[in-house]
Amino acid sequence: MNQFKNFTKGFFKENPILVLVLGTCPTLATSSSSLNGMGMGIATTFVLIGSNVVISLLSDVIPDKVRIPAFVVIIASFVTIVDLLMQAYVPGLYEKLGIFIPLIVVNCIVLGRAEAFACKNSVFSSFIDGAGMGLGFTMALGILGAFRELVGSGSILGHKFIQGDGILVFILAPGAFWALGYLIALINRLKRT
Amino acid sequence: MEYILIIISAVFINNVVLAQFLGICPFLGVSNKVETALGMAGAVTFVIVLATMVTYLIQIYVLNKLGIGFMQTITFILVIAALVQMVEIILKKVSQPLYQALGIFLPLITTNCAVLGVAILVIKKDYNLIEGVVFGASTAIGFGLALVILAGIREQLELVDIPKGMKGVSISLVIAGILAMAFMGFTGIVK
Repeated sequence: MNQFKNFTKGFFKENPILVLVLGTCPTLATSSSSLNGMGMGIATTFVLIGSNVVISLLSDVIPDKVRIPAFVVIIASFVTIVDLLMQAYVPGLYEKLGIFIPLIVVNCIVLGRAEAFACKNSVFSSFIDGAGMGLGFTMALGILGAFRELVGSGSILGHKFIQGDGILVFILAPGAFWALGYLIALINRLKRT
Repeated sequence: MEYILIIISAVFINNVVLAQFLGICPFLGVSNKVETALGMAGAVTFVIVLATMVTYLIQIYVLNKLGIGFMQTITFILVIAALVQMVEIILKKVSQPLYQALGIFLPLITTNCAVLGVAILVIKKDYNLIEGVVFGASTAIGFGLALVILAGIREQLELVDIPKGMKGVSISLVIAGILAMAFMGFTGIVK
């Protein structure tokens, strides 16, 4: 397969959040600001790349019947690594993302890529696939986070440039659902033209 | 009194789906009909209560004793996966009707982040075993409540003319947002 296409499919054509609608839990929970969103995205990208590479390396060794538990253990190991790294180097972000770091384990995107792509393809294309999907996820989270932050508090990346309070509800739970709902509707509209 | 506070706060104020964003996938996936929503809610309640108990005991008597708290994520997800498998096998042997009702939902529950989320939250909040189980059960009830409400609304939506791009996930998310706003009204009942 063309590696460039393989890399870019995660951004638009098969974007995990906006088109496939996978991994909605961390998307909604961590996109209250663009920094949080992108932090979560990068953590997930790391796990995706790591698990994709290891699973494609081990795909001949793992018996077919126990492949799902085996994948889960591999993914959980990478999540633990990310968890410890973030706790050590970015404690502020770690506090904010809280429970959603260990919950990367049950993010359907990661297991989905392992099952659908990594166990059938070469190590290098699995690496590219993981990177593309992860960055597509990060991009969607960043857009969603930037939108919610802008409308909700009048700032982007923590820099406030609209005076006043903003529409607070967009930072709270309901705004998360609405922002994602309308963003998906917009993508559906764009896809048809 | 303490338990009542935990129940009210977990069901209404910090509703697992609408305020904490756990378990959104099944929330959007199986909310087409009230009947399937009820089945899913039952299965989730069953697994969450069991999983909370087992993971709590493992955390206290194995992980803490050996000082390997960093293995939490790996251990918990494996325990939950094994537990779900076990429940499925036992249900199949013991109660055929219950298995027929819950069976198809059980494999999906392993990847429901509400289960792992509750297990981790119980440890984080320093609950004891009974508080943990009460918290788990009421979280599951909150999940069921949100699921059944959304399913009821979506059944009505089939008769409505929705713009093409909004159909499916998109309109469900917008409705979920309105529900979340309604649930925000409960904030402040319990300090």
